Amino acid sequence: MPAAAASPADDGNWVMPGKDYASSRFSALNQITPANVAKLGLAFTFSTATTHGYEAPPLVVGSTMYLITPFPNYLYALDLTKNGAQKWVFKPQPLAASQGVACCDTVNRGAVYDAGKIFFNTLDGQTIAVDANSGKQVWRTQLGNIEKGETITMAPLVADGKVFVGSSGGEMGVRGWIVALDEGSGKVAWKAFNTGPDRDVLIGSRFKPFYASDRGKDLGVTTWPPEAWKIGGGNVWGWISYDPETKAIYYGTGNPGPWNADQRPGDNKWTTGIFARDAGTGEALWYYQSSPHDVFDHDDVNEVILADMPWGSGKRPVILHPGRNGFFYVLDRRSGQVLSATPYGYINSAKGVDLKTGRMIPVAEKEPKQGRVTRNICPAAPGAKDWNPAAFSPVTGLVYIPHINLCMDEGPMQANYISGTPYVGADVKMYAGPGGNRGVFTAWDPINHRAVWEIKEDLPLWSPALATGGNVVFYGTMDGTFKAIDGRTGKLLWSFKAGSGIIGQPISYRGPDGRQYIAVVAGVGGWSGAIVSGQLDPADPTAALGFVNAMKDLPSKSTAGGMLYVFALPR
Amino acid sequence: MSSRFRASLLAAAALALTLTACDREERHSRAKPLGETVPAGTSPGMLYAGSQPGTAAVDPRAALYKNNAPALAEGQRLYSWMNCVGCHSHGGGGMGPPLMDSQWRYGGSIPQIAATIVEGRPNGMPSFRGKLTDDQVWKLAAYVSSLSGQPKKDVVSSRADEMSTSTPSDLTPRQGERASDTAQQ
Repeated sequence: MPAAAASPADDGNWVMPGKDYASSRFSALNQITPANVAKLGLAFTFSTATTHGYEAPPLVVGSTMYLITPFPNYLYALDLTKNGAQKWVFKPQPLAASQGVACCDTVNRGAVYDAGKIFFNTLDGQTIAVDANSGKQVWRTQLGNIEKGETITMAPLVADGKVFVGSSGGEMGVRGWIVALDEGSGKVAWKAFNTGPDRDVLIGSRFKPFYASDRGKDLGVTTWPPEAWKIGGGNVWGWISYDPETKAIYYGTGNPGPWNADQRPGDNKWTTGIFARDAGTGEALWYYQSSPHDVFDHDDVNEVILADMPWGSGKRPVILHPGRNGFFYVLDRRSGQVLSATPYGYINSAKGVDLKTGRMIPVAEKEPKQGRVTRNICPAAPGAKDWNPAAFSPVTGLVYIPHINLCMDEGPMQANYISGTPYVGADVKMYAGPGGNRGVFTAWDPINHRAVWEIKEDLPLWSPALATGGNVVFYGTMDGTFKAIDGRTGKLLWSFKAGSGIIGQPISYRGPDGRQYIAVVAGVGGWSGAIVSGQLDPADPTAALGFVNAMKDLPSKSTAGGMLYVFALPR
Repeated sequence: MSSRFRASLLAAAALALTLTACDREERHSRAKPLGETVPAGTSPGMLYAGSQPGTAAVDPRAALYKNNAPALAEGQRLYSWMNCVGCHSHGGGGMGPPLMDSQWRYGGSIPQIAATIVEGRPNGMPSFRGKLTDDQVWKLAAYVSSLSGQPKKDVVSSRADEMSTSTPSDLTPRQGERASDTAQQ
């Protein structure tokens, strides 16, 4: 079950990307079922006027739908009583130059609604609050500095009177941070860095990591070569969850920089791990590092699903976390202890996770070293799964994981730090993993640590999943096919061909007429789809940090263009 | 004919071949002093109001770097050192647009590329003004131009500087010369 306090009864709205604080991405609405989903039809559409990767979910509050686009980050309000007619649009006018420091297309992963305001981030590093009725700005706060390579692509989380926002820029030598803003004024309440001395990381007396390797003074400095932590990454461009019972937030930190790991010997704390922090003060409570001294760009920013799991005769508060490194983690939510870590994709770069120390056991010959090309590393840099979140259904008890099956060759080289330019130092070339299918949709049983079934997909899956109370599960593919499958069996029940590839988050909501609707925005792009949205050249296999080599066929399967599609059963 | 004599004949032939092969461009051991990096009168576009068709000024310095193997080799090193590779990869693009195709937002001639490097461009191309000498800018611009197959095949490096899994650049399919580039010779 999703954590009860973090997952209240469904009101038919969709006010934050994760649906609830538990990040379940589960809608309890149940009018659409395996028996009737075949009759699902188009209700209305809306063009977003953008041609870059559209990763965000629509939000629904009462009779209004809100869309936040990729750069230039337009915020649209649509009237659901009038087939999605435009009510207003807010144009924040981010700096055009920010497009040049966004690593992986100019995406935005979503807005959030709370107490009459919509909160969202702009690519050039601002957080903006807009009045949800009038579309007028309430406040805006500049947090990132593009001259240092800082952008913001993540969706904020609003909880406990604060707006939580984190940085992007792991490929630009950005020292990652998370900030809490006052929900009413936009003023910074606290800011925590993910590298550097304890006082900057907000590590103090309340910090109780479970494993010994995370205990000690100023590990954010001493696990790096001198000064390297200042440009060491650990950004917060993924997802944040919140537990109202303990008033703690949970989030993952991004990759250490540069990718060339020979330039940064050490564990590189506090990158590629999960932090628990006090929402009010920002104080670190615990931390777990899934990939110490990450050598593969395996950011740990994937979704943190809060659940209460049957344990002995009672229940245990846990975190379900399909990690980028290919392991499905079950962590104790109070301590950060790893209860299990099981591969859910093909891994040859690690032998497993030592449950005594919590450390991943690396495979030495798969570690990229400067001066050679290391071949057939699985999973590749985007991991067994990238940013696009899984959905957790309390109806089936399964986690629905949309993910990828790619391997890579990597040749590290010396990276020079020049602020405002990339800090990577690696030539990468990706290709399909074993089986040849680049995508996989896995239904995962977190209690028995196994896949119940999986669907092989030709193209990498870059869209999040949606689970519903009617037991129909939705996801999209990069060729633009929007699919409804049976949550128990994985059987394909219905599909719709959208105008562009789908990497956006589908949602389910109750419309003003009382009917259940399904909505998704198509618009191919993102890191995987940059070959289309950025018109990249497939003659260079290293393009888009090596992703282009695995996506040479995409331009023949999808064209760019953001478009909202809303579906309903016939009246 | 003794085998030693045959060997020296072969060596002589090889030397002669090498010498003629070296004749393909003039190598500047010391770059000529250049007044200003951004070529005067270079616009990223092609239209010059009030000028007769085909009379737009073309910077004569471009010819010194085009089809110049040492310049391209040094430009290739600068391309990695200055992190061009991080955004544009080895020509296929990524964070920045591709440089090996036939589309140029701000002009694909060597003077236009030099101007783009120095001035930066509004959608995210940073300005490298003051970070490179004039001579380095021209070499880098010549290398960038070579990615789309502008120079002769025999001046392009047959190996990449980096640990790459990509095809050597002299085996990469060429886009062919554009009329605008031949016009500048």
